[in-house]
Amino acid sequence: MFLTSVRTHEELYAYPTTHFPQVWQWRNYLDLWDNAPIANYLKSSLIISISATILVLLVSLPAAYFLARYRFRFRGVFLLLVLATQMFSPTALIIGIFREVDFFNLLDSYLALIILNAGFNLAFSIWLLAGFFSSIPAEIEEAALIDGCSRVQALRKITIPVALPGVVTAIIFTFVAAWNEFTIALTIISSVDKKPLPVGLTQFIGQYDIAWEYLFASTIIAIIPVVVLFIAIEKYLVGGLTAGSVK
Amino acid sequence: MKSASTKRKSSVATHDVSVASALPWIGPALLLIILVVIWPVVELVRISFTDITIAGSLLDFHGFANYRELLANPDLYPVARRTLLWVFGIVFFTVILSLPLAQLINQNFPGRKYVRWALIFPWAASVVMTSMIWTWILDAYSGEFNLTLTQLGLIDEPVDWVNNPGSSFYVLMAVAVFVSIPFTTYVLLAGLQSISNDIVEAASVDGASHWQTYRQIKFPLLRNALLIATIINLINVFNSFPIIWIMTRGGPGYETDTTTTFAYKLAFIESNMGQSTALGVFNFIVILLIVSLYLKLTKATRTEL
Repeated sequence: MFLTSVRTHEELYAYPTTHFPQVWQWRNYLDLWDNAPIANYLKSSLIISISATILVLLVSLPAAYFLARYRFRFRGVFLLLVLATQMFSPTALIIGIFREVDFFNLLDSYLALIILNAGFNLAFSIWLLAGFFSSIPAEIEEAALIDGCSRVQALRKITIPVALPGVVTAIIFTFVAAWNEFTIALTIISSVDKKPLPVGLTQFIGQYDIAWEYLFASTIIAIIPVVVLFIAIEKYLVGGLTAGSVK
Repeated sequence: MKSASTKRKSSVATHDVSVASALPWIGPALLLIILVVIWPVVELVRISFTDITIAGSLLDFHGFANYRELLANPDLYPVARRTLLWVFGIVFFTVILSLPLAQLINQNFPGRKYVRWALIFPWAASVVMTSMIWTWILDAYSGEFNLTLTQLGLIDEPVDWVNNPGSSFYVLMAVAVFVSIPFTTYVLLAGLQSISNDIVEAASVDGASHWQTYRQIKFPLLRNALLIATIINLINVFNSFPIIWIMTRGGPGYETDTTTTFAYKLAFIESNMGQSTALGVFNFIVILLIVSLYLKLTKATRTEL
């Protein structure tokens, strides 16, 4: 892929082809910004992924904390619902999703994508953070409460900093998942300038003369950051994805 | 996660509280879940029992008419058979290939870190990107794959692997296996790491060979991880959409469609919402069955978390 991204267009379609480029065309990485709306795709991806990540944190932190500290009626039902968001991919529900988004008049909007991405990636954060929170002794918080902190203050100043590796993992996982999402974006986004990277890049394909060199230069730009981020959270990935059932 | 699970049992104070006091904490999560899962499910089921126009307006209750139409659609049956091959074929090969890989990266050897990083690559990179990359590698004239085969003298002229009806679906399956391996390997690795060294050492003291230790000690202890990996893969592979959509669009015709891409095609390409939602409900039930199997076998939500 990398080798393709630095070839000239003529060389790409030359036959027979070669393993390595004859001319190393580094300029592809610069030309790309003029020849494809990649800056737009990148902007959309960033807006959607960052917003979805913030939303997931705002929603999953309190839920995970409460699940770790308290027992309440319907707790099992709630956990079942959380699991459902992890198991039912958007693809299976796409027609229902499309009609719902249409109902709220949010077709072709970032907001719909942000909410949907947040919703379908909520489970990972809840499982993971609840695991982290329950490993932190409640006594630490209680000491803070005695010293005059409110429950929310104790959570903010003591529990969350201690659970920081979990929070960082949740942030990275959600960001990467939203960054890579394809089916919902393909279905509800129609204007070119709102398409995120995965949908935007597939527009290169299907044209008669596919600009593979630009496609792969863009792909590399899209892939490298998420691979680095994923490597950083490697050791926590499985726990969040299997609802804590593999330890 | 490991230290988390051992500590929590002793020192965590848990209190029973009322549902009302739980709402401010879990309410937002609940709302989000209702919006992204419950509402679409209800909508899907509702449309499947309704007469719907091409423009999308609902007419009246239609009973099982959409389902009858779907079952009368001759294209459904080859697609359904292919879906079975898709799901079981991919999950089988994914697991078979991931077992030795997990064993490998559980060993200590120089460069192990880089093997793990390489393994994470297709997991972190979007399936969309991976599919596009394989489309290019397998391209008949310019792709690396045919170039290598030609140079090795295995083929005389370029083969269009992706679009050739004989190979097309198997190529898609191979890409899906490639994409599924990292997650599966990591789950199995987590399983291997939970096996205590004492047991393995005891076996080797008793004179068991490496292979015997693996087959008779480690493999049975891996059962749980293996089950979870298999079931989550069944769901993911059944739901898989981007690989097929990007590489072949399920075509030519419906030749490489699974029920998932077929449902999408019916709705958004052929504007046949009625049949599509009926199939959507069928797909939903299949996933529901697999999920309940998962719950039954792992008791995921009944554990302490």
